[in-house]
Amino acid sequence: MQGKKAKVVLGVIGADCHAVGNKILNYAFTAAGFEVVNLGVLVSQQEFINAAIETDAQAILVASLYGHGEMDCRGLRERCIEAGIDNTLLYVGGNLVVGKTEFKQIEDKFYQMGYNRVYGPGTLPDQVIADLKQDLAQRGFGCA
Amino acid sequence: MRNILLIDFGSTYTKITAVDAERAEIIATASGVTTVETDITKGLKQALTDLERTTGKIRFDNVLGCSSAAGGLKMVAIGLVPELTAEAAKRAALGAGAKVLGVYCNELSEYELDEINKVGPDIVLLAGGTDGGNKQAIIHNAEKLTGLTRDIPVIVAGNKSVAPQVVKILTAKLSEVVYTENVMPALNRLDIEPARETIRQIFLHKIVQAKGLDKANCFVDQLVMPTPAAVLKAAELLSRGTDRQPGLGDLMVVDIGGATTDIYSMAEGEPQGLDILWRGLPEPFAKRTVEGDLGMRYSAASLLNVAGASRLAEAAQVSEEQVAAYAAKVEADVKYLPADELELRIEIAMGRACVKLAADRHVGTLEKYFTTTGTAWAQNGKDLTPVKTVIGTGGVIINIAQPQQIMASIIYDINMPHVLRPQKPQFLIDRRYILAAMGLLSELDADTALRIMKKYILRGEE
Repeated sequence: MQGKKAKVVLGVIGADCHAVGNKILNYAFTAAGFEVVNLGVLVSQQEFINAAIETDAQAILVASLYGHGEMDCRGLRERCIEAGIDNTLLYVGGNLVVGKTEFKQIEDKFYQMGYNRVYGPGTLPDQVIADLKQDLAQRGFGCA
Repeated sequence: MRNILLIDFGSTYTKITAVDAERAEIIATASGVTTVETDITKGLKQALTDLERTTGKIRFDNVLGCSSAAGGLKMVAIGLVPELTAEAAKRAALGAGAKVLGVYCNELSEYELDEINKVGPDIVLLAGGTDGGNKQAIIHNAEKLTGLTRDIPVIVAGNKSVAPQVVKILTAKLSEVVYTENVMPALNRLDIEPARETIRQIFLHKIVQAKGLDKANCFVDQLVMPTPAAVLKAAELLSRGTDRQPGLGDLMVVDIGGATTDIYSMAEGEPQGLDILWRGLPEPFAKRTVEGDLGMRYSAASLLNVAGASRLAEAAQVSEEQVAAYAAKVEADVKYLPADELELRIEIAMGRACVKLAADRHVGTLEKYFTTTGTAWAQNGKDLTPVKTVIGTGGVIINIAQPQQIMASIIYDINMPHVLRPQKPQFLIDRRYILAAMGLLSELDADTALRIMKKYILRGEE
């Protein structure tokens, strides 16, 4: 698979219209050599799944900034399994819960929900890109 | 004088329109019974004799035909995700004027293949996967389709990366396999024009012959397209205009038939406010939808089911039993026309239900989101509230004295503010049933076709 661009589905989940971060991530991942299928804001779980199936993406990158992330993100892994794309990497990041919960706690919660990587506020795109390259390489998918 | 004869071989009637192209006038129209089972030219000759009785002998410089006879152009559309490539494939088929017998998604099962064999489509449109996207589904489905019991044409319009492989699998068993561009090259991007054109070519070269319609060729220069495609063409021309004449702008066409209700919209349908987000698949400017469960004769029983007998009864101010009895009567005798005031009221209520329900499914909807930063709106499908013109065509509308009454049920309902139907349209009636004929004529002379439509549909000249 060497030389082939890795494909990621990107979007802001739920009733969340924070568009700025989405544009930055789209830019950063494209610049890093990924093929980005950007769904924008107000994206439902089903739309993430549909996009990943049809485009054969290796990862779904979910963003949530308005504090309802836990509610919106729960069940996405189960849907992937149901749809036959259980191999897809699930990343989530943003302002995932309201209030001052310790990040470790949030991280654990999302790991339990089946996400492969969880990022808190202040994370730079570079870190996510590096992690994704590593995770993909581990799965035998060489990319840019 | 340049006389052109335009023929529409319908499922029941063969309708002919004689046009004087230089004067942009309709010389006469006539109809005969469609006789595709025996010899399609029989009904046509009958119509011609009828026509020449009023006009005298005419020599025609061109003869063009469209057809929905012998069941119309029947297709099956196959994609991967229901809302994505399967929907795109369905739209391509509908846009080409086909009757879509089934839409299949994901990997086909043995049962589904049996079903496809049973319904017997004329063409199968096989899509699935964006370019560079999913490969397994379309390959699996191509392998399944080699189990087709009849040798029918298959159009491959899926993931380009595996198209050659898919074509190879299919050609091992089927003689007509045509590759064309992917109906969805990238996520949420539609490219259905190449598939539509391919469907039309196959219709022209294969289907016409397979259905015995080619017997008409001694009269007709060419059977150029399925009838709904001709209507779509006429509507698009009337909306956009030509280089020399302006069109009417955004418009819709409502065609209530015995079996189906077709809605056409010629409009971009973009959101009306800056704060509205456009979601889902992009919409083609010229869009056609067909509702197989909404019709006035063959589908009267299913219409009753969908619309609700009680609601129809209330609208017609009759009892539910009377509605049911009338529906059964017209379904058994499809050529029946309302004979008294009571039947007319039921007929109108049924027509209104067809228009409203079909429009609801055709137009876009608004969805409200409550977010932390306030209310947000998302629009799915076309916003047709600003559409200024709605044209009625088809037997029911033409045969009734007050067609506006039926068509008015398309108007935006304040109680359903999220359903984006036209707010203040003017209603025009295709009294002489010329839309399909003008779609055909536009192949030869778009300016004349447009002038004739303006004269007879817009200004209502007799």
